[in-house]
Amino acid sequence: MIKVKINGQEQSWDGDPDLPLLWFLRDEAGLTGTKYGCGQALCGSCTVIVDKQAVRACITSVNDVAGREVTTIEGLHPNGDHPVQKAWRQVNVPQCGFCQAGQIMQAAALLMDNPKPSHDQIREAMSGNICRCGCYQRIENAVHLASTGV
Amino acid sequence: MNFIDNPRKVRGFEKHIKVEKVTRRSILKGLGVTGGFVLAAPVMSRQALAYETGAGKMPHGVVVDPRVFVSVGADGIVTIVGHRSEMGTGVRTSLPLIVAEEMEADWSRVKVRQAHGDEVKFGNQDTDGSRSTRHYLIPMRQIGASARTMLEQAAAKRWGVPATEVKAVNHEVVHSASGRKLGFGELAADAAKESVPSIEGLKLKDPKNFRYLGKGEIGIVDLHDITTGKAQYGADVRLPGMKYAVIARPPVTGGKLVKFEPEEALKIPGVEKVMQVRGWPWPSKFQPLGGVAVIARNTGAAIKGRDALKLTWDDGPNGKYDSVAYRKELEEASRKPGLVLRKEGDADAALKSADKVIVGEYYLPHLAHVAMEPPVAVADVKGDKAEIWAPVQSPGGTREDVAKTLGIPEANVTVNVTLLGGGFGRKSKCDFALEAALLSKELGAPVKVQWTREDDIHNGFLHTVSVERIEAGLDKSGKVIAWRHRSVAPSIASTFAAGTVHQAPFEIGMGLVDMPFEIANISCENPEAAAFTRIGWFRAVSNIPRAFAVQSMVGEIAQATGRDQKDMLLELIGSPRIVKPNVKDLWNYGEPQDSYPIDTARLRKVVELVAEKGEWGRKVPKGHGLGIAVHRSFVSYIATIVEVAVDDKGKLTVPRVDTAIDCGTYVNPERIASQIEGAAIMGLSLAKYGEITFKDGKVQQKNFDDFQVVRMDDSPVVTNVYIVPPGPDTPPSGVGEPGVPPFAPALINAIFAATGKRIRALPIGKQLEA
Repeated sequence: MIKVKINGQEQSWDGDPDLPLLWFLRDEAGLTGTKYGCGQALCGSCTVIVDKQAVRACITSVNDVAGREVTTIEGLHPNGDHPVQKAWRQVNVPQCGFCQAGQIMQAAALLMDNPKPSHDQIREAMSGNICRCGCYQRIENAVHLASTGV
Repeated sequence: MNFIDNPRKVRGFEKHIKVEKVTRRSILKGLGVTGGFVLAAPVMSRQALAYETGAGKMPHGVVVDPRVFVSVGADGIVTIVGHRSEMGTGVRTSLPLIVAEEMEADWSRVKVRQAHGDEVKFGNQDTDGSRSTRHYLIPMRQIGASARTMLEQAAAKRWGVPATEVKAVNHEVVHSASGRKLGFGELAADAAKESVPSIEGLKLKDPKNFRYLGKGEIGIVDLHDITTGKAQYGADVRLPGMKYAVIARPPVTGGKLVKFEPEEALKIPGVEKVMQVRGWPWPSKFQPLGGVAVIARNTGAAIKGRDALKLTWDDGPNGKYDSVAYRKELEEASRKPGLVLRKEGDADAALKSADKVIVGEYYLPHLAHVAMEPPVAVADVKGDKAEIWAPVQSPGGTREDVAKTLGIPEANVTVNVTLLGGGFGRKSKCDFALEAALLSKELGAPVKVQWTREDDIHNGFLHTVSVERIEAGLDKSGKVIAWRHRSVAPSIASTFAAGTVHQAPFEIGMGLVDMPFEIANISCENPEAAAFTRIGWFRAVSNIPRAFAVQSMVGEIAQATGRDQKDMLLELIGSPRIVKPNVKDLWNYGEPQDSYPIDTARLRKVVELVAEKGEWGRKVPKGHGLGIAVHRSFVSYIATIVEVAVDDKGKLTVPRVDTAIDCGTYVNPERIASQIEGAAIMGLSLAKYGEITFKDGKVQQKNFDDFQVVRMDDSPVVTNVYIVPPGPDTPPSGVGEPGVPPFAPALINAIFAATGKRIRALPIGKQLEA
């Protein structure tokens, strides 16, 4: 039995310990905000925060996060008002929106690590997250806004 | 994001609304929202539109019936139906916003309800072809005006005053003489009893009183849900007892399963069953390719189970498809005459007598859509009834195809349309929903079919591959006197009809035969090309290779004659006029020529505008260059300037993009800007990296590592968008797709300016590194 804390709640799993965290979150725990985009850590759609670090849930097994704290988009802020979320809305970032949970989690992790990232630091830190609609200009503006106060 | 006009001004609505008596069709049932009332109004005919659009010719045409689209609750909440699919364009917000504007509803008290697939009830729902605003601006205004009029009539009766003395203002009706007011909710029950205003009596709002239209101040309705992970895409649907499935499909299109050994897969924890999926013979339209499904308690187990399957395939008729050999075939075909589609003057003779002939042979490979949400669908089939949840661009078509595939009446099929995690044309084909329906029927349980990214790339409906060859003949003065364009590419029609070797009218009408230049001798030809994989619509479709070839050729002519690219472009476009190509039944994006002619004044205007705002001719640093391109597609006009920087190792970056768009009368300039920003990135992706290749019939790429798209660190630093203010009688035109085609040629022209290298084959890949 693997125990893991997700958004502050203890969850347990007695199935395949190698099950990617992504599918545990989505299919077993019903937390569908974290998205599947590639399964190979190439697109960042499944980004969650594990103990303050952004990780790709598609290549992280449930076993890897045993005893650790996982934060998903659903748990980022109780009212959805994390500065990154607010900035995202202010800048009207999303088009289709599918990659945005991963983008927001990546941005939130970036700001935890570096509260005032530069233009280049934002572009570098966010380039593991693909947006096929092409919202990059707005993502960059939103991260900048979140870092300077919404 | 910049707007050159004042977006508060969207002029001219009052002039182009012409209302005429229409034939009434049977009034359809309302939505039955609890506590609500429904409005009844006549169904529109096309004659009631001041400008005619192709909307009425779409399957099931247009339904303008407020009872279908609007309900008002006793609590004052106005519910408006969005009947088109939301894939990121903002349409789920824009169309209901038009209704709210016209009925004076307060947007903060409006809810949007997504329509299920039912085209008899809602009218055509195919969300493709950049058509939604173009076809529904006026119908949605009329729906809103009908609702407003009924609320006003109800209030006037309550107060015993003439209806002319009352006015709906921001969710209430006001009698200013007496200062009385009634909220929409208080009037809902009475308004429901009101007779429906006739279309000819409808008074539409004066655009100067618009609160929402043309302003771009309203965020999309799903904005909060998207940023909090609550938005529901197809992939997010969960039903009690639902099984998770992934499918191993034939690695070669048209291939067949010979043998499968499920034993190892069944040993994987969580795997419950392995079963065969029916496939259809090539060409299979939108029907499933067939294969073997692994059913499990979660998607992770299903994927692991599939990896453990032992499968033997017969590759079938397409097993020799090879992109290297095919490119040679296309190139050879382009060097010989083909089916002549447009002929003006005598291009052959003019090319022979020309002082100089410039030849450009351009190659553009297959592309995959790779929407961030790969195809996915949930189906629950019970007996002769089926319910589907899917991110489809074609809710009506999906319903028809599910019914046909299962052999049940269409009335027994419900298609719930979720948000789409990107579409780009891929989700106009409902094969994934059909797979889910077939599996659910056989399992007797709800099932979700999830495509992996590898499935998406291996088994898609690819953008075509093409060679576009243009020969331009110049006289002694450098004037272009002859133009021969041969386009060779497998057609989308090949996915529907075996033996197709020529492109369809809707493909040749995308930038080949509608070429707008003022040249005396023109020949547009289509040599034969057979298809060996599934070809489908990809955002902007054939406009991508056509704009690439035509606008690259403009750059080449400028280069050969030592002229400025922009001046060359304007010279070729020629005088302001309506272009009437000598083409039988010219396809015009389904629109009538009268409303949507090929207007070179508008084409020139976007070139001049982008040149001015984008500072054409500005000094750029060493290693930088500017390129320009213009293209008319989806009856809109778009010009783009790209600034490129190429360093001494051949690394390419894009510091700045400027795009001007004339899309006629528009609803939401903020979403227009987002579409154009995104189109620049999709254009850069396909130019820089985009290529799907085949060897032994199989796609050689598999995921985002070998089918790359632009990431933030190589995206344009800034994209500026300029929207041409609409003229008083300008019908709305497309926005979702037209931004893509001009990007790549503008980039390639910029690369030439920066480096002196002329790229004629995409993707650019390592061509600049040499």
